[in-house]
Amino acid sequence: MSIEFAGVSKFYGEVLGVSRISLAIPPGLTSLVGPNGSGKTTLMNLMTGLIQPSRGTISVLGLSPHDPERLFRKVGYCAQHDSFPRGMTGRSFLESFLSIHGYDAAERRRLADAAIEKVGLAAAAHRKVAGYSKGMRQRIKLALALAAEPEVLVLDEPLNGLDPLARSEVIALFREYAAAGRSVIVSSHILHEVDLISDRVIIVRNGSVAAEGEIAGVRSEIESRPHQILVRCDRPETLAARAFEQDHVVEVAMHNDRAGLLVSTRDAEGFYVLLGGLVLDGAIRVESVAPADEDVHAVYRYLVGSDEGVVS
Amino acid sequence: MTGATRLRQAVAVARVELRRILFSRRSPALYLVALLPGLLLGARALALAIQGEQRAPDIAGATTAWAVIYQTFVMRFVIFFGCVGVFGNLIRGDVVDKTLHYFFLVPVRRDVLLAGRYVAGLIATTLVFCGSVLACLFLLYLPDGRGPALEYFTNGPGLAQAGGYLGVTILACVGYGGLFAVLGIFLRNPSIAAVGVLGWESINFLLPAFLKRFSVVYYLQSLCPVPVAEGPLAVIAAPASPWVAIPGLLVVTAALLAVGSWKIRRMEIAYTSD
Repeated sequence: MSIEFAGVSKFYGEVLGVSRISLAIPPGLTSLVGPNGSGKTTLMNLMTGLIQPSRGTISVLGLSPHDPERLFRKVGYCAQHDSFPRGMTGRSFLESFLSIHGYDAAERRRLADAAIEKVGLAAAAHRKVAGYSKGMRQRIKLALALAAEPEVLVLDEPLNGLDPLARSEVIALFREYAAAGRSVIVSSHILHEVDLISDRVIIVRNGSVAAEGEIAGVRSEIESRPHQILVRCDRPETLAARAFEQDHVVEVAMHNDRAGLLVSTRDAEGFYVLLGGLVLDGAIRVESVAPADEDVHAVYRYLVGSDEGVVS
Repeated sequence: MTGATRLRQAVAVARVELRRILFSRRSPALYLVALLPGLLLGARALALAIQGEQRAPDIAGATTAWAVIYQTFVMRFVIFFGCVGVFGNLIRGDVVDKTLHYFFLVPVRRDVLLAGRYVAGLIATTLVFCGSVLACLFLLYLPDGRGPALEYFTNGPGLAQAGGYLGVTILACVGYGGLFAVLGIFLRNPSIAAVGVLGWESINFLLPAFLKRFSVVYYLQSLCPVPVAEGPLAVIAAPASPWVAIPGLLVVTAALLAVGSWKIRRMEIAYTSD
């Protein structure tokens, strides 16, 4: 596992940040998702040692977050704070911090060039960061997190302020990074982004982990919640009538164009058997079948109870 | 992690910080403070120049005047407030600007970070205030003519005294620097604490001999090359010997920085509460 939390709680005075978190995050792309104030940033700050747990222990690649000298040889963190040291250009910003890493001038230049290229800021690297747009500031922060080529990349709302093209480029960058066997942990409250980005999801609510795992896996863990299945077919009325005969079907909604159904069922496998039987009997012709809720949005809505504070 | 790498990192931290101290929006305040004694002595030189030939050279008078100016104004106010501004902001400045997290997210021990920044502060204040002292000495003896001043420096005590003032200036930066670097880590507003320290240092001449030892100015005054009378109300105490004053200041500064290192290792990034 890349990152492990064991019984971690964090209090800010009497205010609870996160409570009794036990987590194991493997390599790959993992999203932390939850409403604003749910504890995502607290978790990220804990794993990078910017704050210390009130209880419990954390390890990142077997290292303590309180050992920055070794930790940040392997971890890069793009924090949410939108502030920069004064008077620096994009390039000098990167090179200054790479110099503190201990790299010599040639290596600094090489790493800075590569990071600037990755985030698409080559044309603006010589300009003062103070004159950057929000998206450019976000990208130069990303470049800093990436510059030393860490094994674990922790990114707090990294897509904030990026235009659609830059978003897709950055998401591709995360995917490429994770595909190389490294860990990328991304927080977001924008759910469709999480769907695009992640292999795994950790849903945080009120300082606790509401669910974690593969998006589809998280969904299947929720046995009591009906699955939603979308069926496009030539005779939806026939399918609806047969579906209502099943105990496990709780709701059927006809599409406006009367060429499809949304079926809610507690037994997806049972419904698929029924559907297969109808097709084999020639009672209906199916155009398409798809699970309608195996995205993180549906899981999130169920677990968190509402879309409060979340942009879909 | 080897000692050589840590040293390289500390040098890199110091280089970044030095640039910030000497060439940022806060820098003009430092230069202005350092310029004040020079302006004072420049005005004196101008006034004496207007007197012209009517005035006889007075090297001894200038030396005494400088001793008073140095001990009551330069040391107690100019260097003091310069150090408040520079060292008090070594860490606090980044908290106010919300940029400290960048430095906490690089593979460098936080005590190495503090050490690098302290050294940068020391180099900057030493350069600026020693430059100020040298400029003051030039302006001080300028009105007495090239001949007598040159004689005072080459065959008299002038050079040793100048060296003494530069040494005390460096030690003042070391001592006040350590104090305000640590206050800047512990306190949200080190300026308020600095006013308290200034008050304590200002009443030092009234304090009993035992309490005098708990101030920086007592040791610095002991090292000044020309003693100055502290007035009729002063409690007279034997000056500390250089063998006590210099190691004492260095040891206390090292202890302060050790406390600062302990604190910064436990420091959390919580800008909103600042």
